[in-house]
Formats: sequence, C-alpha cells, structure tokens
Amino acid sequence: MTLVGAGLLLVSCAAGLALLMAMAPSARTRGFVSGALTCLVGLGGVLAGSAALLGSTWSATATHLLPLSQGELTVDRLSGLFVFLVGAVALATGVYSMGYPQAPRHVEGMVQPAHGTTSRTAQAALPLFAAAMVLVPTAGNVTTFLVLWELMALVSLALVLTEHRSRPEVGQAGIWYAAMTHAGLVAILLALVILSTEAGSESFAEIRDTAPALSSGTQSLVFVLSFVGFGSKAGLVPLHVWLPRAHPEAPSYVSALMSAAMVNLGLYGVLRVGFDLLGGGPRWWWLLVLGVGALSALYGVLQAMAATDLKRLLAYSTTENLGLIFVGVGAAGTFAATGQRTLAGLLMLAAVLHTVNHAAFKTLLFMGAGAVLRSTHLRDLDAMGGLARRMPFTTAFVGIGALAASGLPPGNGFVSEWLLLQGLIHSLPVSGTPDVAVAIVMPLAVGAVALTAGLGVATFVKAFGVGFLARPRSAEAAAAAEVPGTMRVGMAAAAVACGLLALAPLAPVRALESVLGVMPSIGDRRPVQGAVELRLSGITGSMSPLLIALGLAGGAVLATVVVRGLGSGRPRRTALVWGCGGTRLSPRMQYTATAYAEPLTRVFDDVLRPEHDVDVTHYQESRYLVESVRYRQRVSDRLETRLYPPLLAAANRWGQMARRLQDGSVHRYLAYGLVGLLLVLMALGVTA
Amino acid sequence: MAWPVAGVVLQVFVVVAGAPVLIALMRQVRARLEGRVGAGLSQPWRDLRKQLAKEPMAPDGSTVLFTTAPVVVLSSALLIAATAPFVSTTSPLDGMADLYAVVALLLVGSTALALAGLDTGSAFGGMGSSRTLTVAALAEPTLLVAGFALSVRVGSSNLASLVEHAQRAPSTIFSPATLLAAVALWIVVVAETGRLPVDNPATHLELTMIHEATILEYAGRDLAVVELGSAIRLVILLGLWGNLFLPWGVATTSTPGLLALGAIVFAAKVAVLGSVLAASEVLMAKWRLFRVPELLAGSFLFGVLAVSSSFFLA
Amino acid sequence: MSLLGKIRRTGRVAEPALPPPVEEPGQPSGESSADIGFRGSVQVRHVDAGSCNGCEIEIASAFGPVYDLERYGVRLVASPRHADALLVTGPVTHNMRDPLVKAYEAMPAPKRVVALGDCARDCGIFADAYGVFGAVSDVVPVDVSVPGCPPTPEAIIAALRGLSGR
Repeated sequence: MTLVGAGLLLVSCAAGLALLMAMAPSARTRGFVSGALTCLVGLGGVLAGSAALLGSTWSATATHLLPLSQGELTVDRLSGLFVFLVGAVALATGVYSMGYPQAPRHVEGMVQPAHGTTSRTAQAALPLFAAAMVLVPTAGNVTTFLVLWELMALVSLALVLTEHRSRPEVGQAGIWYAAMTHAGLVAILLALVILSTEAGSESFAEIRDTAPALSSGTQSLVFVLSFVGFGSKAGLVPLHVWLPRAHPEAPSYVSALMSAAMVNLGLYGVLRVGFDLLGGGPRWWWLLVLGVGALSALYGVLQAMAATDLKRLLAYSTTENLGLIFVGVGAAGTFAATGQRTLAGLLMLAAVLHTVNHAAFKTLLFMGAGAVLRSTHLRDLDAMGGLARRMPFTTAFVGIGALAASGLPPGNGFVSEWLLLQGLIHSLPVSGTPDVAVAIVMPLAVGAVALTAGLGVATFVKAFGVGFLARPRSAEAAAAAEVPGTMRVGMAAAAVACGLLALAPLAPVRALESVLGVMPSIGDRRPVQGAVELRLSGITGSMSPLLIALGLAGGAVLATVVVRGLGSGRPRRTALVWGCGGTRLSPRMQYTATAYAEPLTRVFDDVLRPEHDVDVTHYQESRYLVESVRYRQRVSDRLETRLYPPLLAAANRWGQMARRLQDGSVHRYLAYGLVGLLLVLMALGVTA
Repeated sequence: MAWPVAGVVLQVFVVVAGAPVLIALMRQVRARLEGRVGAGLSQPWRDLRKQLAKEPMAPDGSTVLFTTAPVVVLSSALLIAATAPFVSTTSPLDGMADLYAVVALLLVGSTALALAGLDTGSAFGGMGSSRTLTVAALAEPTLLVAGFALSVRVGSSNLASLVEHAQRAPSTIFSPATLLAAVALWIVVVAETGRLPVDNPATHLELTMIHEATILEYAGRDLAVVELGSAIRLVILLGLWGNLFLPWGVATTSTPGLLALGAIVFAAKVAVLGSVLAASEVLMAKWRLFRVPELLAGSFLFGVLAVSSSFFLA
Repeated sequence: MSLLGKIRRTGRVAEPALPPPVEEPGQPSGESSADIGFRGSVQVRHVDAGSCNGCEIEIASAFGPVYDLERYGVRLVASPRHADALLVTGPVTHNMRDPLVKAYEAMPAPKRVVALGDCARDCGIFADAYGVFGAVSDVVPVDVSVPGCPPTPEAIIAALRGLSGR
C-alpha cells in the first residue's frame, strides 16, 4: 500500500470513527475527540497529498459501493495538491476546534441541552466534512465525484447551521447556502453528464481520451456549465452571494475550513474540467474566466473595504483572492491556447501559489476572528479595539495574517502577486504587433490587480488597526481575555506556514511546478529558478523575498541603534493623547471602521451605494433641542439586491402558476399520467 | 576592488545626507518666490539635531507598533535607496527588488505610518491614516500600469535595465508612450510625497492634513526618524522619476570617476526637479480631498494610454 | 501666469536682518539657549489663552514676508508634541486655563514658555475682569516675557531669536 493509499485510508477511518464518537455522553470529550479526528483526517490528507506531489500516483476501484456505477478514486499531482491543501487546513483547524467551545452557562435547576458548537451533530460533522473535502479531488469518475461533492455540501450545511438556535440570521444563511450550492450542483451535473454521455463511460480517464472528438459547441457548453457551477463554489461574482452570508454565521473553525479549503475545490473543478479533461480549449473561454476573475477581485475587495463585520470582511476577501487566482488561471489559459507555454506556466504557477498562500493566511485570519469572537462576543469592528494588550498572542498572529493578506512584502501574499504581475506584464511582445484582444485586456487586468492590491492594503489596515490597536471602544472589548492553548497552537501552525511561504517560497514552488505537467496545454516546465531569489526562466525578472525581509529587519535594527546612539538618552514619556486641549478624548471618539472606510466608500459610491439612516430624537419640551442622534450606515451587497430579487420573484410566480395544476382533482392527475406516458412512448418511437 | 559595493554605499550616503538639503532647497525656493529670505540650506539638519535631543513620547494606550513604525518607514526607504539605480546601474543588490517590489516597499512605509496613526487612539491619527491609504490605494493602479508601459519595450521590470535601455535609445524618451507615462508618474509622485495640490506639508489645520495628521503624536527622536524617512521618500520618488525619464549621467560601469559623476548628476537632477515642484506649488492651492481621486483617475487614464500607444503607435 | 509676473516685479520683500539681540538683565531666562540644545532651531506652538487678537496680528506680521522670522530658524507648528516653545498671548481666561496646561504638558522636554504682550505678563487692561483667571505665569512657568500692547514685531523677533540663538 503506497503512502497515498495509507493516507486516504487514515482519512476514511477517522471519518468513520467520527460517527461512532457522536455517541459519547460528555460534550468536552466529544469536542476533544472531534478535533483530534479532524487532525487525523488532516494528517492523512497531508501525507497522501505530499506523496502524490512528489510523484506517486494511486488509484482504487470499489465495484459494488454505488448503485448503477462503481466508486473510483484516482490520485495524480493535481489532486495531490488539493488533497494536501485541504489536509493542512484541516490539521490546523482540528487543533483549534478542540479549545473553541465554551462551557455552556447553567441555568438554576436546569441542565442545558447541548446545542451550538457542543451539539453531537456539529461535532460529528466536523471530521466528516474534512474527510469529504479531502476525498473530492481523488474522485476518478463522475458518480464518485458527484456523491462526494454532495456529501461535502450537505455536511457543510449542517455545520453552517450549528448555531441556528441562538441567531435567526443563521437559518437565512443556511437557506441561501443550500439553494446556491444545489444550483451549482445542477450545473456541474449537467456538464459532467454531457461529457460522460458523449464518452460512453463515466471514468475520467476515458472522458479525457474522447473529449478532443467532441464538437466545439458541446465542449464550450460543458466548459461554461462547469465554470458556472465550480465558480459559484469558488465564490466568483455574481454567484458569490452565499459566501458573505454563510461564512460569518458558521463557527469560526468551520468558516476557516470553508474559506481556505472548500472554495479551492471550485478552482480544482475548473482546472480538472477545463485544462485536464477538455485539454485546454479556445481562447475565449479563458478570457471569460479572466474577466469574471477580475470583476470578482474588484467587487470582493470593495465590499471587504466597506464591511465593518470582521467575518464578513474576511468572506469578501475570499472572493477577492479567488478572483485574483482566476485572473491568473484565465491568463494562463489564454496563453496556453495560443501556444505561449512559458507565460502560461508562469501564470498558472502564480495562480496555484496564490491558492496555497491564501489557504494559509485565510485560515489564520478566520481563526483569529474566532478567537476575538470567543473572547468578546463581538464581530463588529466598530466596537472592538485595544485587544493588543489583552490578547497579545492573537494580535500577533492576526498581524501576520493581515500582512500576508494585504500583499505587502515581507508577507507571502506579495510573492504570488509579484509572480502574477510578472506574468501579465510580459504578455505583450517586445517588438512586433501584439494581438488586439491581449493588448486591450492585459493592461486592464494589470490595473484591476493593482487597484485590488491597493484597496486590500486599506482593508486589512482597517481590520487590524481598528480591531486590535489603540483603546477598546466598548465594555466587551475591554473585558477580553486571551484564548486557551489549543487555539493558540492552531493559529501558530498557520502563522508558521505563512512565514515559511513568505521567506522560503522556493521549496513550495518546486512542488507546485510539478502540477503544471498535468495540464497538457502547459506541459512540464520550471518557470522559476534560483536559490535565494526567484528568477524567472525564459523571461527576465527576479526578486528575493528573503533578502527584502532581511534588508528591512537589518535596516530597522541599524536605524534604531544609530538613532539611540545619536539621541539624548531621555526615557520615553507616556502622556495623554493630544486632543487639542479640549475635553479628554474618550475611546469612543477614536476613528471607527465605518469612518475609516468612508473616503473610499464615497469614491466608489456608484458600486457600493451605502444606505444612511439618521434618527434624531428631540427633547419633549422643545423641538429645537436635540437629545440624541443615531446614525446608521449599511452597505448591502448590491449585486444581490439587484440581480436576485427579480429571479426569486420570477421563480415565485412560476411556482404560483404551477399550483393551478395541482387542484386536487384525481381525474386530472390520472389524465396527466396518461398524457405523459403517451408523450414518452411517442418520443421513443420517433428517436429509436 | 568592490567598486559596486562602494557605489551602493555612496548612493545611500548621497540620499540620506541630501534628503534634508532637498527639503531645505524646496523651502528656500518657495521663500524666495514669496519675497522672503528663508532659513537656509542647513536648517533641516539643525532641526533634526535638536529633535534627536528631545524627549520621545507615546500616547496612553498605544502599543509597540507606534514606537516601531518610524523605524520601519526609515528602513524601507533605506532599502530602496540601496537597491534602486540612482548613482549607478551595477548595484549587486539589483536582482533583489524590481520596479514592482520598490512600489510595494514604498507602500510598506505608508502602511506603517497608517497603523501608527490608528494606534495613537486619536481621531486625527485615524483620519490621517484613512486618507493616506485612500490616496495610496488610488495611486497603485497608475504606478503599476505606467510601470507596465515602461517595461514592455525592455522586456523586464528590472529598474537598472529600464535606465540602461533609456540611456542607449534616447529616442524612446520622446515617444508618446514615455511622455504619457512621465505625466502619469509625475502626478503619482506629487500624490505619494504629499505635496500640493494633494496635501499641504506646512498646514496647521488638522482637517486638511493627510500625512501630517498621522505624525501629530510623535516627539523627539521618533519625530526625527519620521521626518528623515519622509524626506528620503521624496528623494527616492524624484530620483526614480528623474532616472527613468532623464537617464543621462547614471553610471553603467563601476569606476570611481563614473560613480562620482553619477552622484553629482543625481544630486543635480533631484535638486532641479525639487525646485520645479516647489515653484509649481507656489502657483496652486490645495484641492479638497474628494477631487484627488479624480486627479488620480486621470493619471490612471494616462497610464493606460501609455501602454496602448506603445503598441499601436510603435 | 500673471502671478509669475507679479512675483518677478515684486522681488524681495523681506527687510534686512536685524542685529542679534542683547541679553538684558532681569529677563527670566534660566539656562541659555545653547545649554539646552536648541542651537539654531526652535519650533513654536502658539496658544491664544484669551487675547484680543492684537498680538496675533503682530505675530502674523513677524512671520510674514517683511520681517521673515523663519530665517532665524523659528517655525510655527501645529502640534505641541513637535514644539519647543509655547507662545502664549492674552490673559488666561477660566475656560482656557485647562487647555493651556494640557498644551504645556503635551510638549516634550526641554521646553520654554514665552508670554507675549502685557496681557500675558500681568493681564494688562483686562486685569480683574470676570472671565480672566490670571496671567500666564499663574498657570504655567514662564521663561521669557515680552512687554507691549501689542509688542512690535521687532520685540517678538528679539525674544524668539534669544531662544534659537541665531
């Protein structure tokens, strides 16, 4: 049994044990075991994934497991990457989830039933969810893939609904999530069914062989359907609306798993169907992907920039990062379609590296948000602040995550964004006339990536600065306490991963380069060389993240030493903050997240359309004197409020019309059956 | 001999020593145009010397970020001063940071100050921080797209290659693409260094401040470091603009004579550009904050036109 | 562009530099400016503690093009944290007493206080008014005081040059 097989077996056993574990009586034991099993699932995934990335392939078939079909698992380098990624995230979140549930408050004389994060369903579902996600990339035929995909969706729905008794928004979030994930499933199902019908077989291997023979119309239809379905799972606009609803309402370790692991499976689907099964495809497919990616990146970062709920901000940031990844994928596909393999390889590497970086920092950030939520019961940035003194470890970890997410050196987000930019700017040839489409699209793509990067910096400075620095803006924030050890260990693991990816990206890059060989239109190549610095091969460009980090650190130390030497040696005095001498500045007078985002919200007013509510209460005695003023600003998801209500209203109208068919008359129902049967017989007679 | 290393040391020295002198020169130009005498070219050095001797302070409730931000600003500026081609293009650190890494390092400096502004716990700091990042975020697209326009014909975004290519082929400097990119980048230089009409460095009205508002709480050696860092950023941005669009004088081989000439020509270029900037500031007033995004959008348009014209007109 | 023509026609407006100030006996100045290290650079933060604005007009004149106080290394700053000298005008009113103390405490050491005008020295014509708390020296320790109602720009320049040493 190879390492890959051993890893996957570990995953399945841990998932099976999870169902048994649900019978344990004590919530604390269950929580601990559930976390440990998730870690085992993660470990299995990491082992299997690394073995696959290093070259070993594996496949297995289970003939009587599924009705009408057989279960087939195949692991190649592409699946290995995603298995590894999901496994690593599950490992960190498993440790984190052990410490997460708080002791339920006991009411006098009553034992509270276990609900929320201590309920049996939630605790059993966690390892099962992780296991389903690890197994999805290993599916080798259509039925296995769909079964595992749906299992993943249902278990994650149960996890999203964990806290439905404490808040009504959770139920709403669950409904949106369920509806959209199943709409996506329908699209994927159609695409894969078309492929398998044309190929005459369900197995991916045989589909791959027969796909070149399909007409370009069929191929395009399959690609568009699978892009719609997988893109919705990845959180691309306009099918992203479930993300900012579901991720904030789920418990934070579930949000981490969903944002850092599950959305990557949408990317996996597009790569598998577009590059592997369909073998590349014409250029317009990938220009479409690039366009949707760029729009998602811009829209996601604008909404994140305007968001004041910390977890909603992180959810929109997921849309933004997946948008950037799909810009890379789209550009790679465009160049692969025209035969420019060097560029395609570099761009695909940039996209895949950004996936890994995003998984690392998004896990870290959601775990940090969960730590804050557990300590202060706050998600609203406007009420936070001053957490740096009360929760130093969490602040340090979230600081590392925010640096990575903002795409600044020496963070790891900068490395993949740099590679992406290098790929895009080398797209136009030094001499000769370029292709018109490329010459128009690439500068706009660079502009979109740049604006996203700039707004991303503003977003994460807001999230970190307003949430953790200065003084607490509310009593809950002032009463925060540091989180228990297992949560800190989970966060530390993710932070270490971010640090390794930032300072020594060449080792992961080597592993990721092997993935390129799976995609035939790109082929086996090594876009990046060098030891300490990243040097691009085939095109000119180099940058060294390690040397930049050392330079910054060294410069800081040198500057501190010189300045202290030249200075007078007077000790630093702590004084009241200067407020122009008036009344003492209270913490409530500090800038809030809403205020911080206001200039940019005004600049992008047409896209965000914030709604303002001003509520003035006058004194009873006189209308000229104001007792209090209440101001509320709400930035809703404009795509959701413009695109979805008409669709939902139309669906409602069709539903109402259909009710007229169901009037209760048995004679009518029998007539429906007879007419239906006659139509089917006539159709068979005509086509047979 | 390690002449390239000597070139790097010379470059850093010229930038650090000359930054306060540039500030003084710009103040002198402004003073003379206003009919005044001005404080003299060595005044900022006196100011720095005095500030180093004063007591540093920190507001109640701030964290270690407030005290380390000035050092981060200075450190990122020094790193750029060491790697970018100001005096010569043969720096051994050349492969470490290209145009995009330099832009990102500038943003690191702005971010450090923005975080420090929030850490002060005062409304002024938050306001300055928010406005700084608004301007920085809106200037990013222009910087990267204009960088794209410049790097396309060279096939690389490495700064030394860009300067050498411009030196070897002077006709490219007068092409529409380069001129458009020059205008776009000049607007960004004005915005990123906080000069009129985007920001007034000498204002006393807190509600009109962008950069100054984030440093209102700094005193003593922290203030000295922040002011020096900001001055170095001004030299870097003017120097990059000057060397990309007026590349003559930059040493392409590391011999002592060429290095010395390169240092003198660099100092002269930055002095002239600084004087032109100061003189233009006399003629205009500060724009209200919400006109600045229109200015930056216009510069982005120039950047996109630069890229397109480099293909459709080449 | 007419502005450029005007600049060319106007030329230099600043009057020639005044002779350096002489140390007068009886001026409470404590250590000389050389000991505390101002050495040619003084940043001044102005606080109006209740003046009639006559002194402010003279200060504006002193920093204006004709007298050009900046050439002696003196600069006005917005934040007391950046300042070395606190320039106070007017008698200290009840409402401005606390802000004046806060402004003084917000300044980093070493610092000096300049009381400008008769009102700042001994309340001048506003002595015993109901809104006035007292002179500046009743609230913060004063190092240099400049008599006059209002003091001439030359007197202001002499006081501040005494601090900067230029």
